[in-house]
Amino acid sequence: MPVQSKMSLTPDSPLSVNPSRISRWAGAFHALFSTKATALGTTIVLIFVVVAFIAPLIAPYGVNEQIYSDARQAPSADHWFGTDHLGRDVFSRVLYGASDILFLAGLGTAMAVMCGTAVGLLSGYAGGMVDEIMMRFFDSLLAMPALLLALLLLGTLGPSRNSVFIVMVIVYTPIVARVVRSVVLSVRSKGFVEAARLQGESIEWVLFREILPSVTPTLAVEAALRFSYAIFLVASLGFLGVGVQPPSPNWGLMVNEARPHVGQLPWALFFPAAAIAIVVIGVNLMADGVKRLLQA
Amino acid sequence: MATFVIRRMGFLALTVILTSLVIFIITQMLPGDVARVVLGREAGEAALEAFREENGLNDPLPVQYGRWLMDFVTGDWGHSLSTRSAIFPVVMDRLRNSLLLAGMTMLVGVPLSIILGIIAGLNEDKLADNTISIGALTVVGLPEFVTGLVLIQIFSRWLGWLPANSSIAPDATFAEKLPMLILPAMTATMVLLAYISRMTRAGVIEELKRPYVRTATLKGLPRRAVIFNHVLRNSLIPAITVIAISFGWLISGLIVIENVFNYPGLGRLLVFAIDRQDLPLIQAVAMVAVVSFALANLAADLIYARLNPRIRLE
Amino acid sequence: MLPAVRDFSLQIFAGETYGLVGESGSGKTTLAHAIMRYLSDSGEIVGGRIDFDGRNLLALTSSEIRDIWGREIVFVPQDPLSALNPSIRVGEQVAEGLRVQMGLSRKAANTRTIELLTEVRISDPGRVARSYPHEISGGMQQRVMIAMALGAEPKLILLDEPTTSLDVTTQAAVLDLLRDLIHNTDAAVLYITHNLGVVAQICDRVAVLYAGELVEDAPKEALFEKPLHPYTQGLLASVPELGRHKSDARLSSIPGRIPSPQERGSGCIFAPRCPLAIDLCFSERPRLDASFPDSKVRCHRWPEIAAGEIFAWGKINNPEAVASRPPQETALQLKNVEVGYTLRQSLSERVAGRPRRRVMAVDGVDLSVQYGETLGLAGESGSGKTSLARAVVGLVVRSGGDIDLLGLSLAPELSRRSIDELRLAQYIFQNPEEALNPYLTIGETLQRPYITLMGQLKADARNNARRLLAAVKLPADYFDAYPNRLSGGEKQRVAIARAFATSPALLIADEPVSSLDVSVQASILNLLSALQVDANSSMLFISHDLAVVGFLADRVAIMYAGQIVEVTDSKALPALPHHPYTEALLSAVPSIDPATVQQVIQLEGDIPSQQAFPSGCRFHPRCPRYLGDICRTVEPPWQVTETGSRIRCHISPDDLRAAQKRGFDNEGG
Repeated sequence: MPVQSKMSLTPDSPLSVNPSRISRWAGAFHALFSTKATALGTTIVLIFVVVAFIAPLIAPYGVNEQIYSDARQAPSADHWFGTDHLGRDVFSRVLYGASDILFLAGLGTAMAVMCGTAVGLLSGYAGGMVDEIMMRFFDSLLAMPALLLALLLLGTLGPSRNSVFIVMVIVYTPIVARVVRSVVLSVRSKGFVEAARLQGESIEWVLFREILPSVTPTLAVEAALRFSYAIFLVASLGFLGVGVQPPSPNWGLMVNEARPHVGQLPWALFFPAAAIAIVVIGVNLMADGVKRLLQA
Repeated sequence: MATFVIRRMGFLALTVILTSLVIFIITQMLPGDVARVVLGREAGEAALEAFREENGLNDPLPVQYGRWLMDFVTGDWGHSLSTRSAIFPVVMDRLRNSLLLAGMTMLVGVPLSIILGIIAGLNEDKLADNTISIGALTVVGLPEFVTGLVLIQIFSRWLGWLPANSSIAPDATFAEKLPMLILPAMTATMVLLAYISRMTRAGVIEELKRPYVRTATLKGLPRRAVIFNHVLRNSLIPAITVIAISFGWLISGLIVIENVFNYPGLGRLLVFAIDRQDLPLIQAVAMVAVVSFALANLAADLIYARLNPRIRLE
Repeated sequence: MLPAVRDFSLQIFAGETYGLVGESGSGKTTLAHAIMRYLSDSGEIVGGRIDFDGRNLLALTSSEIRDIWGREIVFVPQDPLSALNPSIRVGEQVAEGLRVQMGLSRKAANTRTIELLTEVRISDPGRVARSYPHEISGGMQQRVMIAMALGAEPKLILLDEPTTSLDVTTQAAVLDLLRDLIHNTDAAVLYITHNLGVVAQICDRVAVLYAGELVEDAPKEALFEKPLHPYTQGLLASVPELGRHKSDARLSSIPGRIPSPQERGSGCIFAPRCPLAIDLCFSERPRLDASFPDSKVRCHRWPEIAAGEIFAWGKINNPEAVASRPPQETALQLKNVEVGYTLRQSLSERVAGRPRRRVMAVDGVDLSVQYGETLGLAGESGSGKTSLARAVVGLVVRSGGDIDLLGLSLAPELSRRSIDELRLAQYIFQNPEEALNPYLTIGETLQRPYITLMGQLKADARNNARRLLAAVKLPADYFDAYPNRLSGGEKQRVAIARAFATSPALLIADEPVSSLDVSVQASILNLLSALQVDANSSMLFISHDLAVVGFLADRVAIMYAGQIVEVTDSKALPALPHHPYTEALLSAVPSIDPATVQQVIQLEGDIPSQQAFPSGCRFHPRCPRYLGDICRTVEPPWQVTETGSRIRCHISPDDLRAAQKRGFDNEGG
């Protein structure tokens, strides 16, 4: 019973993430356009970011400009998205709304990621009682569903843009901190970190040069996810009327304000809702691409 | 197993107590003077002081916290500042409604999401997976109020099949409630679908790569047996945890959904209470939500331990 | 599309055991999967035939191949724990195959399962069958995998590194079992391994795989006696054998590394690393020639090699041998060192009042290392050797005892040691993949010790780092490279360079070669001893491999369950007597001489948990030379043998020698 074999095998070359500096940026670029879906998401986000910056330049009307003569109009050449019950141009408000939501969510995310990283690094590296107390405290924050915690805090702080910002930081910092901490715990026991400690490196060097770079891929994924949830949160709070207050052009708030008039002025509800949908889809697609690539 | 249950319950109690402390501290920082809110603008300083003394508002905070927690445990939840009615029956009534909605959602949403997740995971990067995954990422990843409004537009305005307003009457029968429950439940299902199906998909894909799958295949088992006896058994275990996590999402989701549909649940009550700065009401609703979430986690932990032999020894 | 394995041809006959030898990256596992036509995501068979029992496997439908899998062709993989389903009892996992492939009823399958578990020498088959995989030891798990394979009385058995993930003594027991099973079966066996000793002990024929190509194929005796391919010669010459010491000869090593599929040129695939390569080797790919009636070799120059005119590597005494130095003065002194810790409890565990679990990793160790001396520390996983080493440098905080280095008393905590103390002791870690920060260039990594430990300016540190890179024989352009460009062996060279940067008085090397291939391992061992001589450092060298320890160390300490059980001169390792545990370890090292018939001493049971050591002599529950109650109740005394070894045992050295000599005689006759 001879077994004879004659064969050639071909594996696909495995993907590797190259950490050299130039290619790290190339890698990030590659990550953001790796698949059609991701590229679409990135493009959407980029367009909205550009709009957020140049809204005052391209908006045909002022953000709260009331044109009484044109109130309650359907979409037309003058008012692409129509006007609302107060005679405000919906198109202009949607454009301004991009900066409202993207800057608020972006700043909130950035702040939460920074705080979470700092706390996660210190807590994970220090260990012991500091770590234990920190994590129990975060556990008790996380034992509350995110929106519940956000509403409680808003109840205390009162509804305003600043409150929404603070709420985002408080709600997302523990989540980021836990993710960072878990990476720190796994990196801390690796040879290169222990070697650095044996060479008398300062704690700053160990934290920021040895450990932090290994945390960045995870952090990038987490930041992308947090950003998409932040947009979600800002819009939802606006809709519930407990977040950003009128007359801000917050898309969630615009939807809320348009609801009583939805029968007569459906466009005033439709366009901000569509804007939220498109941005959320864009950010989700982008985050998914980053996640797939960095966690492969 | 018994020690495990006790340990988990001890952990649960600890978390709830710590969380209650957080809730208490946050709500203590609410602006405004409770006494003035209750007694009104015209009340004199003496009356205010008498009210504070009577209600223990002048006690040190730890004492107030202890009394508040004990009152909560014994069911003495006080009266709402805005409606003056007793809180306990109102909250319980709303809780029943919310649980009804959550239950319906879980009943339909969980099996559906798990099945979709499994289908996507087994067909990684094929058509079925791409359809489900992109679907989960886009349509389903939207804020609940957007999804809810779209569903209202389709099923109630255009088709006229279902009511847009779900403000059910307290004495309604289940048959009367059912049509009003469908749209909110559908919206909430979308929320679950997004999370559970994606997590299940990831779990299935991860399990498929494990060497024991190769062992099972090389045993000569048919593909079907490899999937059902080996892969699914292990990938469903983490799905249990996912369900507990998504219960948290569901609570967040319901707060918004109940407001979209005017459904008289806890979420709507909470937004109402925050609007009115109704301190005892806010505290009660938040505590009830936290306890339900914690209980869901406990149930998931116990089921997980029951299914996963690796946990039992610990 | 790059070929991982190209035109590979092999014939295995029934009853024959074929060894397939290759280092990591040679394509062994890909090949094993391909032979079974098990196609994973990573590859596909793009051409060729696989004839099995008169059928071409590549032409079968998927249901036909499923009938063959598990019934006619079976597979035993490397890592048994991950190969078993974690949530199904192991008995059921064996029985499942029997029901599906043999058509047995549930009851018959269960009965047969117990029989099979007994056949693979599981003493308590009923209990094991009811266990989940994580509840049984690694050796047991692999026995279950073997039982699963045997159930169908297959015609072809593929074994893919079946003992590699196991501890030394367990490995020996499983090998012994496999040897007997293979001897008694009519099946064709393909045994895939990187370990030449295992091949020498088990196989009839050997095929050598290099970078996806078959380079030599010969009967075992011929291959070990007269290897014709330079690569085979290199492999054999780089294995440290038991009893070989660095003062006799350096190890031969093959320079360079296995090329990745992208790097393979048009000529002979081994040419870039081959000392015999001529122009023809780089331009034209050699054919697989029939060298002798029964052998094949893929080399342009094999006739010259066969005639003995040229050789690539040979086992000759090398004049560059490292002189072993006589002991002078004590550099490192350990007195009654203990490493014990209370397992960390979460707050909830404390609330629930669970008792604190205490673990004793190292329990009262006295040891000394002389200036310039290498002390080898050997033992299986869980013996406490790594904890001891980490306690010396302060990476774990010792719970008791004193550590003196050059007369300085070292504090238990790393944070309480001065820069001068840190400079004196450096550490080389086991896993080269984790030894270097992936986000720093090699140059940045190498200049850090000069800056932090020596207080040098950045420019000086850079120059010194460049010199260091050259000293470990790495190309200068690696200075600005990131670690991902380096192979495992090269990373370990950088790690070694970093540790030697400050010429430490004491270097601790924790299994520095255990994750490296044989040919790379040899060059690392040579580098270590050369640098050590230059820096005049003392070394504590930790390994589970007694052959490696015996080669590199001047003295060897054997550790078991947190204690030292024997300290011996490494040249006395081949001599008698030894502690019964050392004896078992020595018998478990597979010899690469096929003529040696090994008598493996099998140890009962598992290594004891650090949470509950046995009373008396800690080795007594597993000791094959168990005397009686005294071993169970009284801690054994230290005894000195004629060879100068110190042994912690109740049996007198003379009795031990007599008993162990009998064992050797039995083995010879």
